[in-house]
Amino acid sequence: MAKIELSFYPGCSSQKGATSSNYLVSAQTMCEELDIQLNEIPDWNCCGASIGYGGGGELPRLTLSARNIALSEEHNSGQEIVATCAACWLSTREAKERLHEDEQMFKDANAALSEAGLKYKGESNVRHMVEVLVEDIGFDGIKAKVKKPLEGLKIAGYVGCQTNRPFGIAGESFENPQYLDKIVESVGADSIPTYEKKVQCCGGALAFSEPEKSQEMIKGIIEAAYDNGADMIVTPCPLCQANVEIYQDNINETYGTKFNMPVVYYSTLMSVAFGRSATDAALNGQVIPAKKLEEIANK
Amino acid sequence: MSDLNTAMIEKYRSSFLKEVEANVEEGEWVKMCMQCGVCSGSCPLGKHWDHPPQEIFMMIRAGKREDVLSSDSMWMCTSCYNCISRCPRGLPITHIMHGLAVYSKRLGLTPQKQPTAEFSQIFWDNLMKKGRVNELKLGLSMYFKDGFGQGIKNAMANQKLGQNMMKAKRMNAMEFFGGHSVKDLSGFQKIIKKAQEIEEGNIKDFK
Repeated sequence: MAKIELSFYPGCSSQKGATSSNYLVSAQTMCEELDIQLNEIPDWNCCGASIGYGGGGELPRLTLSARNIALSEEHNSGQEIVATCAACWLSTREAKERLHEDEQMFKDANAALSEAGLKYKGESNVRHMVEVLVEDIGFDGIKAKVKKPLEGLKIAGYVGCQTNRPFGIAGESFENPQYLDKIVESVGADSIPTYEKKVQCCGGALAFSEPEKSQEMIKGIIEAAYDNGADMIVTPCPLCQANVEIYQDNINETYGTKFNMPVVYYSTLMSVAFGRSATDAALNGQVIPAKKLEEIANK
Repeated sequence: MSDLNTAMIEKYRSSFLKEVEANVEEGEWVKMCMQCGVCSGSCPLGKHWDHPPQEIFMMIRAGKREDVLSSDSMWMCTSCYNCISRCPRGLPITHIMHGLAVYSKRLGLTPQKQPTAEFSQIFWDNLMKKGRVNELKLGLSMYFKDGFGQGIKNAMANQKLGQNMMKAKRMNAMEFFGGHSVKDLSGFQKIIKKAQEIEEGNIKDFK
């Protein structure tokens, strides 16, 4: 039996053929190696992300997450809900807190859920996958599983916004969180603790609606990684990963830069360091290939 | 001017702050702002706001109803939560900004063609269809929001990006035909419709 069982909320972007399908593949590989069993919440729906607020308002938005929690409580009873996506985690946890604080909202959400025979109790813990890594597995636990240390790689830990604020990871500072650097060190690579853009916003959903404004911020995130001598950037967030990776051509065109910086997930790093193949680490999902990781994986 | 807007002006004639407290998500926090300006200084898109959050709070208390609600500012929020994590008094500023934006939209006061307001609605409509976001259709709706000609131009400009994503198997043309969905779609839609009715009822109950 697996050491840890979790009620897993993968989220829309992780689905086959979606922007972070590579995140899901590497997270599954990582969990296999760490003896973590992921029990997907049956029939989960979109959390509304952050940008859904303008169309959804308050109660409909919170009810989206209440449905997911209710389904988890019914089918994966007693298990903690864990998300790999920053927005999924944030929305689900925010809904839980809001429905806990506001009795009327709790009643209203349940009135809506009863339309499909569901009941929200709000007793489940809602966590992000990196919390499981940091708090339950621990950095030593990660280290113990490493078969191919990522020696010689220098990696900028880009935490971004929502895997940090407003809830924080393992009680760390919002302004200078360390957990991602510690994960990088645990898999045998060199971290850059002074990477100054580690919690800079990439624009989030506004990368679609305000591309120029967002790409100006993304440029800063990549530039600082180069200035710090990074071989690649690592992030825990699907939208950060996509925004920082896929617009590099556009940024090069606008600013005359020559960016070609790979952006990977912590789960990519861990899958490779745990000795798994490039395919299991989903390195084929990179738009900008992470060649140095491929070399280690193919060794 | 929408009927709801007229009704709200009539009802809260004397106090815009009271109107915000009653109708805006987390609006009851506005009076707690102590005007330190940390939120405005912390906002990643701060330089693009006509009125940064600190100013918005002051304007609400000063009764600048039209200026606040017809402002483009709140739509600059990227949901980075810097303001929330730094506010010395713990105001849920991100949510208040979202709440003001939604309220302005409900009253019909949001500036026309505000791109994030449009995207937000497109995103919501997209996820309502199947219970899960269809990224391909989301991208296409965004490209084509200003008509067919502009849509083709946008699609051509981003052709390489699309090809890159398809090659990495992170975009799938087949999503155009159906795509991912929740299984109990009718149950899902009933739930959200009910939630919308309850919320509408709470706002419209202004007599």
